[in-house]
Amino acid sequence: MGQGHLHRLHRPGDTVIHRLPPQTKLVALFAFVVLVVLTPREAFWAFGAYALLLTAVVALAEIPSRVVARRALVEVPFVLFAVLLPFVTPGPEVEVLGLSLSTEGLLGAWNILAKATLGVVASIVLAATTEPRSLLLGLERLRLPSMLVQIASFMLRYADVILGEMERMRVARESRGFHARHLGQARVLAQSAGALFIRAYERGERVHLAMLSRGYTGTMPVLDSVGATTREWTTALVLPAAALVVAASAWVVTR
Amino acid sequence: MHVPDGFIDVPTSAAFLGVAAVGVGVSLRGARRELDERTAPMAGLVAAFVFAVQMLNFPVAAGTSGHLLGGALAAILVGPYTAVLCVSVVLLVQGIFFADGGLTALGLNITNMALIAVPVAWLTFRLLRRVLPATRFGVLAATAVAAFVSVPASAVGFVVEYAIGGTTQVPLPTVLVAMGGVHLLIGIGEAVITTLTVGAVLAARPDLVYGARDLVPRLELRPAPANG
Repeated sequence: MGQGHLHRLHRPGDTVIHRLPPQTKLVALFAFVVLVVLTPREAFWAFGAYALLLTAVVALAEIPSRVVARRALVEVPFVLFAVLLPFVTPGPEVEVLGLSLSTEGLLGAWNILAKATLGVVASIVLAATTEPRSLLLGLERLRLPSMLVQIASFMLRYADVILGEMERMRVARESRGFHARHLGQARVLAQSAGALFIRAYERGERVHLAMLSRGYTGTMPVLDSVGATTREWTTALVLPAAALVVAASAWVVTR
Repeated sequence: MHVPDGFIDVPTSAAFLGVAAVGVGVSLRGARRELDERTAPMAGLVAAFVFAVQMLNFPVAAGTSGHLLGGALAAILVGPYTAVLCVSVVLLVQGIFFADGGLTALGLNITNMALIAVPVAWLTFRLLRRVLPATRFGVLAATAVAAFVSVPASAVGFVVEYAIGGTTQVPLPTVLVAMGGVHLLIGIGEAVITTLTVGAVLAARPDLVYGARDLVPRLELRPAPANG
């Protein structure tokens, strides 16, 4: 299956975390992130505890920390936004290194940075330890409409093919001396995008006909069902349970 | 830019997750009318296209580049319901697989970029098509305005969510001006690129542009000239 690009997100392994059924991991990490977001921002130590919990999971899953760091770069735009907050928020100010910054803004920036980073790392763990296809099966087990799961699985399956076509168009453009420098040249890129759409659409039609000729009736047959045992659920829920303890103590302390 | 975790509080995020679920549910029904039993493969491939086209960087000025958001483009090319599904699936995949956009913020992101941007673009497009002449120019002009409007509309969606459950104390007018200003600029880029792309598809396969199907001449039966 053509999943090269997305496949690189998954790091094959045989750890406790890898072996857990996908739906248990989805529920556990989602619950973890919800608890993190619910935690009052003044409880600085709680976020340290969450970070330790996640670090333990990353270590258990044997994901190298540089991989986590590299993928965490997606949050850079929000880091830039958070850096601006102390300057634009009104209210009492404090002097930091000669700059007068708003206390409220500093707290707000801390709040976003801490929670967003923990959320990003949780997603990275999920994608790194679960195959894309089984993650989709997990979503289906969690009652996501099967049509949505089918659309997502077609998207994942063909994303690489479409990206490959886009790449070949880029090579073709550049081997003819084209190099985009300003918006006036967007016409050429837009023509590539238009051609890409036509190819994607026609491929969709061919895929549909191929499926019909193999007996497709609107639903996909389930080949491997991924049921989870109570034991697996208990293992997965250790993380949110620990996070719940942290969150609860944070609420009690800050009240 | 996708909303991350921790930006909007949990009750608001949960409420918008509900909004997103209802919106996607309605679109699942609607898409069956646009694509019938072809929904899964067609919407899947179009979603892959939207995903790919978001990686296509367009030079803006002085070394900066922008990319297409694709809500308006998808709506005009494949119809609004399918477009909502495609953009939602792209956001779901980006959130779960690429950590782009928080898991708890998924409802917020789907609301802004699929449930607001797509219908706003589509309604603007339909309205303008009714006023403008039924020509290639009319379609492209309507596309430009629809794509432009969709971007600030989705930013306003964010500002509303922020007003209800924002976790920072930046005053609302500041947020509105900052988000609105930036997104008016992004909207211009979106309009230029969407219009050129729809124009390119219209030139090659006008029958594939959902929003311009009326422009494709109907096939008619003509008697063959009698020459034996």
